[in-house]
Amino acid sequence: MNIRAIATALAATVVLPIGAAQAADLEVTHWWTSGGEAAAVSEFAKAFDASGNKWVDGAIAGGGSTARPIMISRITGGDPMAATQFNHGRQAQELVEAGLMRDLTAVAEKGNWKDVIKPASLLDSCTIDGKIYCVPVNIHSWQWLWLSNAAFEKAGVAVPTNWDEFVAAGPKLKEAGIQPLALGGQAWQANGLFDTLLLALGGKDLHEAVYVNKNGEAAAGPDVAKIFAAAAQARELSIGTNVQDWNQATNMVITAKAGGQVMGDWAQGEFQIAGMQAGKDYSCLPGLGVSDYITTGGDAFYFPVLDDEERSKAQDTLAEILVAPETQVAFNLKKGSLPIRGDVDLASVNDCMQKGLDIVSKGNALTSTDQLLSADTQKQKEDLMTEFFASTSMTPEAAQERFAEIISSAD
Amino acid sequence: MPVAAVAFEEDFLMTGHAPAKRPNQLFRNLNSKIASIPMILVAVGIFLGGSLWTVVYSFTNSKLLPRATFVGFDQYERLWASSRWIISIQNLAIYGILSLIFSLVIGFVLAALMDQKIRFENTFRTIFLYPFALSFIVTGLVWQWILNPEFGVQGIVRSLGWTSFQFDPLYDASIVIYGILIAGLWQGTGLVMCLMLAGLRGIDEDIWKAARVDGIPMWKTYIFIVIPMMRPVFITTLVIIASGIVKVYDLVVAQTSGGPGNASEVPAKYVYDYMFQAQNLGQGFAASTMMLLTVAIIVIPWAYLEFGGKKRG
Repeated sequence: MNIRAIATALAATVVLPIGAAQAADLEVTHWWTSGGEAAAVSEFAKAFDASGNKWVDGAIAGGGSTARPIMISRITGGDPMAATQFNHGRQAQELVEAGLMRDLTAVAEKGNWKDVIKPASLLDSCTIDGKIYCVPVNIHSWQWLWLSNAAFEKAGVAVPTNWDEFVAAGPKLKEAGIQPLALGGQAWQANGLFDTLLLALGGKDLHEAVYVNKNGEAAAGPDVAKIFAAAAQARELSIGTNVQDWNQATNMVITAKAGGQVMGDWAQGEFQIAGMQAGKDYSCLPGLGVSDYITTGGDAFYFPVLDDEERSKAQDTLAEILVAPETQVAFNLKKGSLPIRGDVDLASVNDCMQKGLDIVSKGNALTSTDQLLSADTQKQKEDLMTEFFASTSMTPEAAQERFAEIISSAD
Repeated sequence: MPVAAVAFEEDFLMTGHAPAKRPNQLFRNLNSKIASIPMILVAVGIFLGGSLWTVVYSFTNSKLLPRATFVGFDQYERLWASSRWIISIQNLAIYGILSLIFSLVIGFVLAALMDQKIRFENTFRTIFLYPFALSFIVTGLVWQWILNPEFGVQGIVRSLGWTSFQFDPLYDASIVIYGILIAGLWQGTGLVMCLMLAGLRGIDEDIWKAARVDGIPMWKTYIFIVIPMMRPVFITTLVIIASGIVKVYDLVVAQTSGGPGNASEVPAKYVYDYMFQAQNLGQGFAASTMMLLTVAIIVIPWAYLEFGGKKRG
């Protein structure tokens, strides 16, 4: 190895990126790693590659709470990726305020996003000071109860049509050696289960009093006490799940080891990958079969500011592709989520997705807690809920007291 | 001869130098001092500067990005009102005390057994030391599987016929910290054993012979003669174990991620979670300042006793 060879090799590494500039490589980070999610994200990659650019996949395993710190420290540390997933809402708010994210208003106006993106609250949560900073890609809602028809058949009970029937069927399921409710050990799952119970059993007004107005008195009141009592029942049904990840818990429902799981509609992707049919092999109850409201949050892509012009242009292209009708359909069918545009035709939409679409078109979509509460408040809630759901020694009253404290000091 | 000149001459005779030309202490070994400047700058800048910065910002309401809006002791009040932090401290205390005691005792006993001129000593030493070559993440995952009730120890014993056998520490909130302790000990005692063995080998054979001539039983020789002689080895070991205890994080993440519920949380994980997941730097800084304070409370009196009291020759 002589010096000239080394110099040539070095020069090659310097020259290459410049040579490839017009077809830019964009690194995109996200936390979509389960089977259904990975299949969905590859639809984005395919569409972007077709535009002559290259999607460099930066999947980070371990879920959003593992991935977000890595993404944030890369952006604040001066090594930004070209695009990154966040749940839209408040997770990236400070990054935008610090001027680290690109303003996409021009792209949005060109694509007429204001008119095509439905519900409008999705784009609103991407808007800060009148400028648009992110691209919503799907609508997710938390309020779903997924049921294994085979498990209920084995236990000799009819498949429940609402939460109360499900709770009543719990003992029968236990007798048949089936885990009634699958709940993974990660803190956000317990937190989501509680929020779902609150909206489904407590109604829209309670959701707004507690999470929109952050009313500490309402959180300490008798209505929330009922929710905690229901949560204690859910705790009884879920003890003994002994898995961590949400898709492992979903898998228990798929394999009929568990009766049901309360999980967002992303669980749908897992049922699909397993080749199960909605209505026949599994059932879904939006709003736990009790209420007609769901919260819509979802995933959005943010584009950090880059000082490379070619790659910035490619970012615009990617932003356009993410919203394009064809990619929206391909992506959301695999992901099990709802598209962000009202004007696309989901020909192969299944039973469960249709139910979700109906609720959204009725206008019964509320803002999700991710958008309403800061990451700090959500974390405190997670700490409380995971403690509550893991140990039967914590009484609903004690949990409610701490819940009220968190809500009254929420920001 | 004037008085001053006499004084000069005496001085000159005693030291062999003219006092005016006595070299400045600052410039002795100048080369090595210059060479260590980068190291000193890094140590002062990063360790000391970083620590001070952290302490200062723990009094602010920084969220995702540091912000110099001071809020007094608010972050500390919230920290000590948080049940998760209290659980973390308790867990660290249990894990710390037990892992200190057990790794010293087991490590020493293993070393003493190894020191009986047994056969295949090298093989045994390798086996015992091997876990130390694994990272905490790997150790944690291995023990997560071993302790998993479905296919770990409990599953195996049940499949052998004892169907009511129950052993699932990682899923029982009241004993989960002991499940983590087992993994920690498995990983760490090998190193302690090696340090102890080195200490034992440093004890003069003649002391053993003398003890035997006096008819002192072996266990008494160990406790009253050998162990006191091994004081420096024990101190080194203590420092190594203690630093491992304070920073325990990856083991918990790999084994339980703090679960079930909050039952196996540790302070280092609280710091990480609040700094990055909750996007609340102020709270994370307050927690890490408390960790620093705890270490300082333990280390400073010890260092004072160890190095401060007596003069070193």
